[in-house]
Amino acid sequence: MSIDVNGDTVPYVKGETVADLLARMNYVFPMLVVAVDGKLVQEQDFSSTEFSDGAKIEVIHLTSGG
Amino acid sequence: MDDAEKASLEASLRRASVGIAGAGGLGSNAAVALARAGVGHLVIVDFDTVEEGNLDRQYYFLDQVGMRKVEALKDTIERAAPGVRVDGIARRLVRGEMAAPFKDVDVVVEALDEAETKTRFVQEVLRDLPGKPLVAASGVAGWGACERIEIKRLAPLHLVRDARARSCDDGVLLAPKVCAIANMEANVVLEILLGAEHVD
Repeated sequence: MSIDVNGDTVPYVKGETVADLLARMNYVFPMLVVAVDGKLVQEQDFSSTEFSDGAKIEVIHLTSGG
Repeated sequence: MDDAEKASLEASLRRASVGIAGAGGLGSNAAVALARAGVGHLVIVDFDTVEEGNLDRQYYFLDQVGMRKVEALKDTIERAAPGVRVDGIARRLVRGEMAAPFKDVDVVVEALDEAETKTRFVQEVLRDLPGKPLVAASGVAGWGACERIEIKRLAPLHLVRDARARSCDDGVLLAPKVCAIANMEANVVLEILLGAEHVD
């Protein structure tokens, strides 16, 4: 029972939301772009979006500079 | 490509409108590239003025120092690509309504500077303009390592990025990479406007 987070294998926790996962993974940056199985999750849905065992999750941190 | 195909491509671009959030290194270079490619209408939002320190990578000139960036850019585009309509909006994007100036454009380009503002903008466009194609960029600092620059596709978001680049707070901003990523953003815009099936 595991998920893929940015290429790393991480234990799957049943019922966990995107917000829970970000907290568990210690993502401290206040603003992130998240995709679950290639689908973007809007920020306002982080705390209500769950994912299944085997999900591929991408957490994207935009870097300053422009 | 025959003359009829060329004319149809030019007409498609002339009818198109692109919104650009930010007119710094990314935005000014992307705007000039899109104007030269023949995009008919640009909506550019930036509150800043041109400073001498911008000239090393942003599409401005010494005689434009002190001008509003959107005004300077409008002048430059008039000289480089006459006939392109440029709506320059010289104000700061307001948190909560950052997407508002771009509701009527075909494609939005994120060309902002600070990480949190960039992400906030992406989130607000996804929320307030659902389905609107959005081209964003991340990781413009540094030089070399060209093969690290990739396009991450998470429809409707197309992110041009170097995921291993340093933040500009610790790295250095140099024209070749900043302009390369700005022009890649513009190239992705063309792909969206003309249809990915017509990539040439």
